[in-house]
Amino acid sequence: MKKITRITGAVLAAATAVSLCVPATGCAKQEIIGELTVINYGEYLDPEMLDLFTAETGIKVNYEEAVTAEEMYTKYSSGAISYDLVCSTDYMMQKLINDGELQQIPWDQFEYRDNIGDKYFDFCTAFDPDNQYCLPYFWGTLGILYDTTKVNGPIDSWDVLFNGEYAGEIIMQNSMRDTFMVALKYLGYSINTDDPDELREAQQLLIAQKPDVQAYLVDEARDEVVAGNAAMAVVYSGEAYLGHEYNNNLEYVVPSEGSNVWIDCWGITKNCEHPEYAAAFLDFLCREDVAMANFEYIYYSTPNEAVIASLDEEDRSNEALVPSDSATENCEVCVQASDETTALLNELWMELRSE
Amino acid sequence: MNESEGRSSSRRTWLSGPYILWIAVFTILPLIVIFKYSLTDNAGSFTLDNISAVFSPINMKAIWFSFKIAFGCTFFCILLSYPMVLAMKHLGLGKKSFSLFIIILPMWMNFILRILAWQMILSNNGLLNLLLTSLGFEPVRIANTSAAIMIGVVYDYLPYMLLPIYMAIMEINEDLIEAAKDLGASGFTVFRKVILPLSVPGLLSGTVMVFVPSMTSFVVSDILGGGKLQLIGNIIEQDFTAGNNWHMGSGLSVALMIFILISMPFTAKHEDQGHESVIW
Repeated sequence: MKKITRITGAVLAAATAVSLCVPATGCAKQEIIGELTVINYGEYLDPEMLDLFTAETGIKVNYEEAVTAEEMYTKYSSGAISYDLVCSTDYMMQKLINDGELQQIPWDQFEYRDNIGDKYFDFCTAFDPDNQYCLPYFWGTLGILYDTTKVNGPIDSWDVLFNGEYAGEIIMQNSMRDTFMVALKYLGYSINTDDPDELREAQQLLIAQKPDVQAYLVDEARDEVVAGNAAMAVVYSGEAYLGHEYNNNLEYVVPSEGSNVWIDCWGITKNCEHPEYAAAFLDFLCREDVAMANFEYIYYSTPNEAVIASLDEEDRSNEALVPSDSATENCEVCVQASDETTALLNELWMELRSE
Repeated sequence: MNESEGRSSSRRTWLSGPYILWIAVFTILPLIVIFKYSLTDNAGSFTLDNISAVFSPINMKAIWFSFKIAFGCTFFCILLSYPMVLAMKHLGLGKKSFSLFIIILPMWMNFILRILAWQMILSNNGLLNLLLTSLGFEPVRIANTSAAIMIGVVYDYLPYMLLPIYMAIMEINEDLIEAAKDLGASGFTVFRKVILPLSVPGLLSGTVMVFVPSMTSFVVSDILGGGKLQLIGNIIEQDFTAGNNWHMGSGLSVALMIFILISMPFTAKHEDQGHESVIW
């Protein structure tokens, strides 16, 4: 009996495989014409899309992953593997561009570039002024995730973190830049300021706020709000969306003073010998069906307007998933600070932490 | 020295080879690297700034807080260990092994998981407050305070105090206690005059094993302190990870090592007087 079940199972599996294969590619054995070596964040691309790309184009993809932008940079710069394509976050792309590690993307070979909204290319000009090197992939905002049952009315300003109304109910980010960003934006300064006075003013604000802060956390920030241990937390939109899945009373808002937008981009490295293969891969990622598959795999905000247009109404009105233009109006991309500013920030952050 | 003795001693030296290699690669070498980092700046030139940075107000504050946590942790561990060991002393062999097993059991589970469990227990909506409110008491706000950190370190390091004291007390000759009782000593006098002095070696090795790690820990304060309270371990960790300042982190580590080394001879001297301790 057992044996028969197993055989039936195998047959069924094979049948499914064939039936899946036919509509996609016709199962014609595509000859491998070349290879691409890609490095990306973990779980940041639907693996089935890699097979589909190889089946369609005959270009084999060697796919590597890294956990953080820093790890990616270490892997990249060690030179043990020669990567053709990298996907990383704004400030790391800036570093790669400044180090001369990227080559211009041949946009003329693209068929689906127009699927990516202009707004996202505009974000990229903060570190890639002429949009030569970076293709936006996913993006998001920093905002406040709050429990509607624990606050008096809707929130639309950073003020709630600083006015003492929610003392002991606030979770801040345990990360230097993210925490200073909040204070700088509240004071009306740029998150990329290198004016020591503005930074010190932000620090004084954060020191005054510290007694009201329940904890400074990173990964657990969202969970504390989900669990009801705190009324609100400063989190990134991707996290906020997942929080909403667990607890329906949670809302996410990008305060009207503005905030940080982060954007992850693809770039072609200077070592890439076949930019036309790399361009084919990037173009493939812009195609609506592929971008949709990746969106459904990751659930971060996508810059692909074709995908956004085909979302259902509930998802499209979710600020954590599709931040509106008005929400991002006052937002800025965080760029790498100068060495002096970084040193000052470190010092101010340490002082804040030891208060 | 005759020939066979010489040969056997050289064979013994050879047997320690793997351990010496281990120490060389994983202790001596990293120490050299840390010393090198601590005595140089970003440009690679010699400096003492990284070590003297320990006297900055921020670092002194963190060291003082670390010292208070380590001292409190050691104190509470001693306070909890003695009654427990004395209670275990007269149990039968089976029950004794079982109690030891219970004490060691939590150590089979990952340390971070155990601290995360404490976070769940102590959080505002956690088990402790659930229990308190269901019994009609006011909920307490203990999460993210130094009290939470203290609970975490005491919980974590208690076995390291309990086991050496247990070993030391189990070694005490029962005749000594009988004799003291025969001569009219009360239970407390027996403890004060016989058990306590004879358990000093265990107490001291327990103190070293609890005080030093609780002074340098950073995970407990990160998780249970909510990032609001800084031990010196947190500052060093920050220097290495977020601040990307390995020189400063190494300098502070070296300063901390010196601090601990200075306090060591005190314990070492006392250890010579008693029995050699079992674990340390």
